[in-house]
Amino acid sequence: MSQHNETDRVSGRSTTGHEWDGIEELNTPLPRWWVLTFYATIVWAFGYWVVYPAWPLVSGYTAGVLHYTNRAAVAANLAQLEAFRGEKMKALDTASLADIENDPALLALARARGKTVFGDNCAPCHGSGAAGAKGYPNLNDDDWLWGGTLDQIMQTIQFGARSGNAKAHEGQMLAFGRDGILKTDEIVTVANYVRSLSGLATAAGYDPAAGKTIFAENCVSCHGEDGKGNQEFGAPNLTDQIWLYGSDQSTLVETITKGRAGVMPAWSGRLDPLTTKALAVYVHSLGGGK
Amino acid sequence: MKPFALREWSLALCLGVYYLLPLVRWNRGLGAPDQAVLIDFPNQRFYFFFIELWPQEFYYFTGLLILAAFTLFLMNALGGRIWCGYLCPQTVWTDLFYAVERWTEGDRRARIKADAGPLTANRLARRALKHAIWLMIAWWTGGAWVLYFSDAPALVKDLATLHAPAIAYIWIGILTVSTYLLAGHAREQVCLYMCPWPRIQAALTDEWALNVTYKYDRGEPRCSMKKGRDLRALGEKIGECIDCNQCVAVCPTGIDIRNGAQLGCIQCGLCIDACDTVMGKIGRPTRLIGYDNDLNGNRRIAGQKEVFKPIRARTVVYAALIGMVCAVMLYALLTRSLLDLNVLHDRNPVAVKLSAGAIRNGYTLRFLNKRGFDRVIAVDVDGPANAQIHIAGVDSVTPDRPMIVLARDATTELRVLVTAPFGETMEKTQPVKFRITDIGLGEVASATDHFVTP
Repeated sequence: MSQHNETDRVSGRSTTGHEWDGIEELNTPLPRWWVLTFYATIVWAFGYWVVYPAWPLVSGYTAGVLHYTNRAAVAANLAQLEAFRGEKMKALDTASLADIENDPALLALARARGKTVFGDNCAPCHGSGAAGAKGYPNLNDDDWLWGGTLDQIMQTIQFGARSGNAKAHEGQMLAFGRDGILKTDEIVTVANYVRSLSGLATAAGYDPAAGKTIFAENCVSCHGEDGKGNQEFGAPNLTDQIWLYGSDQSTLVETITKGRAGVMPAWSGRLDPLTTKALAVYVHSLGGGK
Repeated sequence: MKPFALREWSLALCLGVYYLLPLVRWNRGLGAPDQAVLIDFPNQRFYFFFIELWPQEFYYFTGLLILAAFTLFLMNALGGRIWCGYLCPQTVWTDLFYAVERWTEGDRRARIKADAGPLTANRLARRALKHAIWLMIAWWTGGAWVLYFSDAPALVKDLATLHAPAIAYIWIGILTVSTYLLAGHAREQVCLYMCPWPRIQAALTDEWALNVTYKYDRGEPRCSMKKGRDLRALGEKIGECIDCNQCVAVCPTGIDIRNGAQLGCIQCGLCIDACDTVMGKIGRPTRLIGYDNDLNGNRRIAGQKEVFKPIRARTVVYAALIGMVCAVMLYALLTRSLLDLNVLHDRNPVAVKLSAGAIRNGYTLRFLNKRGFDRVIAVDVDGPANAQIHIAGVDSVTPDRPMIVLARDATTELRVLVTAPFGETMEKTQPVKFRITDIGLGEVASATDHFVTP
């Protein structure tokens, strides 16, 4: 700033010496308390250099006397959470699945934990209320592809279906049309036969005897002679009211033509056994558990 | 006995109730607290002798507040600021602190004299004693306060052995400070500057309400004893007020009652006592200052009869409102249900289709058992035709009408599944009603929701 010592004639205050067309700029410094606070914060900042990580070095950084890192803080918080849960969840660890369901306190605990885990891991496919979607089973109902007992649910969660895990459920719906096993008109016929199994209306000109024959030759090995399915292969019951992909003729034709092979991932590597247990109990308690 | 000894009795009664009420016991049976008045925050219960209230019954306190307001209005219409002068905690504790001050440092005249003189060791000791006693009263006030929120004998023991929770000490500290400051130092400033009631009261009063009043028709013109004798000898009319200023000296808010009704008058009646004493000494009739209404002064001057009208439209309406609120509250209290039920429909999924085609809806039922013992209840459902009910985690011997045990004085939350066969004529949404029946007592409660088809 230029050296000056001028006084504004009107206000009697010193000016900065700047002047435009006769209008002068008054020298109005920042309030002293503000300036002092500002300097104090600068001094305070030096404390941060000493206490906290501050300066980047060639291969690292100055750690500060506290050796604080965000990562360690998160790890400590997580450890604290685990310690807290550990005590609460110890009871779940030792109890069998059936015991948990029979003890109201344990059931409430498992359901609370299971609900959270379900929301984090399962909801993207099965929905937040486990109501499922096309191709993703509704877990509230009493129809189970791979079995609805506590142990079966536990197994499905752990190893999945067609997940690539060695213990995963295997079995698939063949692509009868694409692979040339059945001709298009045969597929339409057997689709109508399948609809008739659960009492749905069949198309005009449909031949029940032909449908029954095609079904017996191609489908019974998995779905059973009466069409009630087989949980060994994840073959759904075709006589009930629940359809994973849909029950209308065109959907059934598509299913038979192209096959179906929905995948349930294996969770054994991601969820610890205790969490899986809570999850199994939660799914079982939704209302459809066997 | 002084004419307004009533006031001292009132103060003693108020203080006694406040300090001793938490110590009163009331047997509620095993496992329930035996304190007559207890606000149990951790367990969310309020106990008042034979009444036990749950948080959702908070509306009784609304009723009490309405009742308190109308009682205040009625007192005001009958006898002015009875609340301020006789019952208000600010007055009660300030008076207690005044009494301590008089006992340690002497009366007002002695204190003025001492203040003018040198600061002696005796005076310092007296002053220290006063503040020590004040602090002790304040501390005890805070101590009694926390006893309302926990079992009193156990808490007293814990407090004494320094085992009580920090929150207890914190509240005792807060109330010690506030009592000491408000009753010892702020005193009538609270009435003059902090309290809203004098402002409201001025709008609620009328010419019929009894107030502490200087009877100007008798007192004016004021004149000292000696001068009065001379003037009277000359045949002039002289009032009975000798302008001794005692009424001003005793007034806690420092007003001159002879200027008429004013905001600062808390109607404590101290000026009545002071004036009566002086009148007695000089042999004139007492109650130059006394309870009177706004009409009588002019009526006496005009030679008319005094009028008092405690029963008038305003007081009758207030009394009727008080009676009505009391009746409503009593009715609500006597007929309140000790068994209750809340229902919440599952949000996601709202309905589930089962493999056989039936429809299932899930509900969360919350059962409230307000009795002091466990009870067995049966759950029924009225809803869609042939609806079946299943309570998760409960294997009842009567599956069609499941029975469950409700723990005493607690809520029980259970997941309930209702399944109904699907019919083509079924409504998309239809009402469903859950009914619970106490098997032993026959008490019933119900809650309604909806049964939804997908």
